[in-house]
Amino acid sequence: MRHLRAAAAVTLALSVAAGVTGCGGGTSSAGGSNESPKTLTYWASNQGPSIEADKKILTPELKKFEKETGIKVKLEVVPWADLLNRILAATTSGQGPDVLNIGNTWSASLQATGALLPWDDKNFEAIGGRDRFIDSAVASAGKEGEPPAAVPLYSLSYALYYNKKMFADAGITTPPATWEQLVTDGKKLSKDGKWALGAEGANLSNNIHQTFVLGQQHGADFFDAQGKADFTSDGAVAAVKQYVDFMAKDKIIAPGNAEYAQNQSLTDFAKGRTAMVLWQAAATTFAAQGMKPEDWGVAPVPVPSGAPGAGKQTNSMVAGINMAVFKNTKNIDGAKKFVKFMTSDAEQKILCKTYGSIPPVKAAQSDAAFSAPELKVLRDTLATSAAPLPQVPNESQFETAVGTAVKELFADAAAGTPVTTESVKARLEKAQQTMQQ
Amino acid sequence: MTAVTTDPKVDKPNGVGSTGTGGARRRLPRIPDRIRQGGLPYLLLLPAVLLELLIHIIPMLIGIVMSFRQLTQFFINNWGGAPWSGLDNYRIAVDFDAPIGEALLHSFLVTCVFTFFAVGLAWLFGITAAIMLQESFRGRGFLRAVFLVPYALPVYAAVITWAFMFQRDNGLVNHVLHDQLGLTDQPSFWLIGDNSIYALIIVSVWKGWPFAFLMLMAGLQNIPRELYEAASIDGAGIWQQIRRITLPSLRPVNQVLVLVLFLWTFNDFNTPYVLFGKSAPENADLISIHIYQSSFVTWNFGSGSAMSVLLLLFLLVVTAVYLFFTSRGRKGADA
Repeated sequence: MRHLRAAAAVTLALSVAAGVTGCGGGTSSAGGSNESPKTLTYWASNQGPSIEADKKILTPELKKFEKETGIKVKLEVVPWADLLNRILAATTSGQGPDVLNIGNTWSASLQATGALLPWDDKNFEAIGGRDRFIDSAVASAGKEGEPPAAVPLYSLSYALYYNKKMFADAGITTPPATWEQLVTDGKKLSKDGKWALGAEGANLSNNIHQTFVLGQQHGADFFDAQGKADFTSDGAVAAVKQYVDFMAKDKIIAPGNAEYAQNQSLTDFAKGRTAMVLWQAAATTFAAQGMKPEDWGVAPVPVPSGAPGAGKQTNSMVAGINMAVFKNTKNIDGAKKFVKFMTSDAEQKILCKTYGSIPPVKAAQSDAAFSAPELKVLRDTLATSAAPLPQVPNESQFETAVGTAVKELFADAAAGTPVTTESVKARLEKAQQTMQQ
Repeated sequence: MTAVTTDPKVDKPNGVGSTGTGGARRRLPRIPDRIRQGGLPYLLLLPAVLLELLIHIIPMLIGIVMSFRQLTQFFINNWGGAPWSGLDNYRIAVDFDAPIGEALLHSFLVTCVFTFFAVGLAWLFGITAAIMLQESFRGRGFLRAVFLVPYALPVYAAVITWAFMFQRDNGLVNHVLHDQLGLTDQPSFWLIGDNSIYALIIVSVWKGWPFAFLMLMAGLQNIPRELYEAASIDGAGIWQQIRRITLPSLRPVNQVLVLVLFLWTFNDFNTPYVLFGKSAPENADLISIHIYQSSFVTWNFGSGSAMSVLLLLFLLVVTAVYLFFTSRGRKGADA
């Protein structure tokens, strides 16, 4: 019996622990082919209010493509939370879709896997040329100096959304253009249980987007020229501190925002609990939450006051979705045709209008729909004052490490623990050491 | 161990030869005697063994191989080509003076504290409820069903509901504690900061105690009522009955229950992931999430695999020691 029991124990423990250690693996073939030219599989990221809505939006367009080319596109809309892991699994197994959407901040990380088709001049020619796309969007599609790993599909940038009535009630006539003004106005707005600015303190990506822009304004890139982490420079520390201080020192962000990660700050804005949010294309969410378009205004994200220096006028990261092709596709020509179709002027207008994004294709931007006040601010920002997040292979680690540091600093601020230059530096130091190993 | 009879005379009463042809009699094709005598149990086990290999053992072995490689996003497309790194991943994981090792140790200690309280409280609630529902009374069936609800609910739905309830400004927990009962000066944070470990333990206990209740209730059914009647006649009170009859009788159930609860709780991924997302607060940074983050968020699969193997070794050792001592104890009790 003793042996039996011991065997049972080992089997039980192995079974349980196997769940922990189990990982799959495999290899993928070297390059694309045209073995199955009549079909394509497309993983679209969830852009609309739901997966069903996305299917409804995309299906007629895919039918159009099928009619034009005879290629049938099998669509799968993948939720954001699953997308990166699905891509990693597909990369590992070699069993992925032909064409897929990726978040543009992942471009360099996914480029490093070598699984995506590089968009060199020849491939760009197949879809009408690189010059059709705005520069900042192409810059966010892969490492500088290398052919991009993807093609820009939907572009976005940040803007400052403000509640007109709350501003009028506080006697503020124009939205703040500088951070100093934002804090001054913010103190007027933060009273009677209402707050000036919304934040998503527990959302790592959002933390990165905000602190990256502030970092640019303080002359910090978070990575040096060799692509090595540089999180503890004076500029980076100042940027993170400035952002967390909106809650800790200036008291214009509600402490409760420290635990927000599910867009609760937009709900607070729509309900009139906060007067401002920094967001990308928020109009459809506001409308869905019962806010009328005349209730809110939009302005560029503030910049520092004083003489503008290098990077100081940067007020947004280049946000957006790119379209990539798996290198081992069995329908390489069809995949390129599909990318060409989705980035054509006509499709760009249809899709970006529906999703409330800015077309990264220059010619499509001239459509009147993109000149509405909100989209005009986003469009101008994208064209003139947006910078792509660091296009380094370990961008994903950067988002986690620094995003978590900011999350923990917000938690300190919310709990009343002092946030000092030293405490910010210590958190960033820890984040950086994690990256270096 | 009970001996299996292999005497051919016993197994072959009709004198069928070892060739297993069955003579001239018309029969269905039969399993050769040699297999029937010695191999049949193994033949029957084969499908389970194959599935176990496919689902658990082979992926685990692959995980172990990965732990010796420098497997990052640069090699994920062809992970077989990732360079060998020897014991580097392990060295980094156990270098407790450096940030990665320090964070892993922190997360391990947090997991130990979490597991101790989560398992202890789940067991305590389970046994209390099982004892209280042992006697028949009106509404017992209803209560039994209600107590099992947390066990029957899908984990994701249940935990996300808790996440809503723990929200600082709009959550039910603060509404009751702060607004209605006035127990706190100001609304507390539960999903970030120091309280996050309490939130995690509360949800884990809520989720885990019905299983303990179910197992212990089943165990209690097997205790003869006469023991309690005799003890009662001898003047034993309720506590003495629990100490002298209930707990010793439940010992075999408890041995399995505590082990299973320990393993499930120590490895629990769903609860912290749904409550906190991919980056848990420092105070509630359980090792399962920590390893997930190392592997799938920061894309360092080699390092994540090494941490998983270390966790596997730890759980194997704890399980082996636990089984060694508990089975020895039982042997002593049986003697």
